[in-house]
Amino acid sequence: MSEWSSNSVIIRHEVGLHARPSVKLTKLAKGFASTIEIANAPDGPWIDAKSIVKVMAMKAKQDSTLYMRAHGGDAAAAVAALKRLVERDFDEDRVDAASG
Amino acid sequence: MRQAVELKGRPASDGIFAGPVFFLEDAAAKRREAGDAAAETEAFDTAVAAAIAGLTVLVVSAEGDGADMLSFQIALLDDDALLQPARALIAHGRPADEAWRKTVDAEIVGYEMSDDDYFRARAADLKDMRDRVLRHLAGHGAHLAQAGAILIGDDVPPSLFLEADWSKGGAIALRQGSPSSHVAILARARGVPMVVGLGDIRPNDHAEAVVDGSTGLLVLSPDGPAKKFWLEKAQGLAERREQEQHFLDRPAQLKSDERIELLINVAEPQELDVLDPQHCDGIGLMRSEFLFRDGKPLPDEETQYRAYRRLLEWAGEKPVTIRTLDIGGDKPITGLTPEGERNPFLGLRGVRLTLARRDVFKTQLRALARSAVHGKLKIMVPMITVNAELEATARLLDEVVAELAQAGIPAERPPLGIMVEVPAVALAPELLREAAFFSIGSNDLVQYVMAVARDETSVASLSDPAHPAVLRLIAHVARYGAEHGIPVSLCGDMASDPRFVPALIAQGLRTLSVSPAAIGRVKAALAEI
Repeated sequence: MSEWSSNSVIIRHEVGLHARPSVKLTKLAKGFASTIEIANAPDGPWIDAKSIVKVMAMKAKQDSTLYMRAHGGDAAAAVAALKRLVERDFDEDRVDAASG
Repeated sequence: MRQAVELKGRPASDGIFAGPVFFLEDAAAKRREAGDAAAETEAFDTAVAAAIAGLTVLVVSAEGDGADMLSFQIALLDDDALLQPARALIAHGRPADEAWRKTVDAEIVGYEMSDDDYFRARAADLKDMRDRVLRHLAGHGAHLAQAGAILIGDDVPPSLFLEADWSKGGAIALRQGSPSSHVAILARARGVPMVVGLGDIRPNDHAEAVVDGSTGLLVLSPDGPAKKFWLEKAQGLAERREQEQHFLDRPAQLKSDERIELLINVAEPQELDVLDPQHCDGIGLMRSEFLFRDGKPLPDEETQYRAYRRLLEWAGEKPVTIRTLDIGGDKPITGLTPEGERNPFLGLRGVRLTLARRDVFKTQLRALARSAVHGKLKIMVPMITVNAELEATARLLDEVVAELAQAGIPAERPPLGIMVEVPAVALAPELLREAAFFSIGSNDLVQYVMAVARDETSVASLSDPAHPAVLRLIAHVARYGAEHGIPVSLCGDMASDPRFVPALIAQGLRTLSVSPAAIGRVKAALAEI
């Protein structure tokens, strides 16, 4: 388990890592062959970033730090892509976070 | 024959429908004949695949929040972390429906126990997803939303409404629910009669029923004479509705083929989920109050920009008129509208209020100017009384457009028009000739001309939109606009009422903005003129 690529990013999304962002995050993660995991803390517990059930259960809130790590052939690209998605605020182009 | 049962609830969407009843929980709770583990696993996988397929079709037609929540359900149904426990139970000999229910219910508990409102609200999506698979397991899948039936349940999720086939009529009767729910908004936009808050509705072998959405009535197993009475009423309505449906696809025009511009009034963006932009010529009135909920924080520029942009994208090439915040009067928002006004309808409301709260107004104008690059936007200012108010608004708009340009943020300055609802403006429209357009707000105009409060039932009979004094003012504004090249439309409730449409055309109006459910009947009424 030495070859993990890892990084972290702050979630700015106003309701945190909820349904809409989680759908995007898991979809993106599934596009990579590597094992990808995320966590609320630098030392875990680590959960599968390709499972929406588990990602939602993290209940990551706004302004919290999301830790991510991956290992496999495209691990570095996967971590970079995930970080960019969170930084871009999940490409939100819609509103009604409060009612959604 | 069953004993007739009459239940009174709250009206949520107008109209009468008589037909067979369909109890939603029956579809999900129906016992199945369970097979062996292999058969159950296969049944389970088939049901999940069918549910995903159904949702995928829905996502395409739904928009915004609706589509997002459907995508969320698809993602869940595609997650082995959710499916595995159910499969394991099935492998141990449990029936597929029981295994699935148990697995999802365990997941739902986690959501329901959350201290976060948003997270708790997702429990409803999980239940919807659970029942969707259960219906497929029970063999009800795609047929659930039986065409031409009265759906009865505790509450109905928006996805089920969007999935249902309403082309043969139908209605909704709920034990709980609310007239302001997402489903109620969709039902009104689609013209599906709906009653909520009916309390305990027992199935008791009732096979048919009547829903009167305007009075909030549900009659189960109506007896002979009652049945005849309701059937005739419903049938008359259904026939008229069917005729009106024929007009939906046609352009709005008079008998002489003269084209009338027919726009729609929208209060909630969700209404657009069930509307085809081809059926109208654009949005004549988008109320921006949906963004400003009492008790919620004020929406920031980004939130507003995204909402406006979505509306423009829905309309494509067609014009969208967004009205700036129109609160005060009967629409208070704590912290924004003044408290203790003796006569709020004559007080600080509409543009009077937004000019007093420039911070709020400026944020909205910035968001509007930014969204303008995505379509054909017009800005409409409510409650204009004197030209100084329009001038002040125009200056503010110019200011934000210049600021945006300086900051290098894409923006445009949309045309700035006004609501004509204060009699002073209707009498002397020349004083507001700088407006890009006039849109007559007949509801307030009638209230101010007839001196009748909109919400006062004791004087409601005086509130007559067809009073000669009102019509004369409408004609006056229409003529002034025609002579001076200022487009004039009317966006009050009277435009949606076929009884008044001939009078409006006679006053010289050629642009009407109506409620989405009225498109068919107004087109039908226009074709007779």
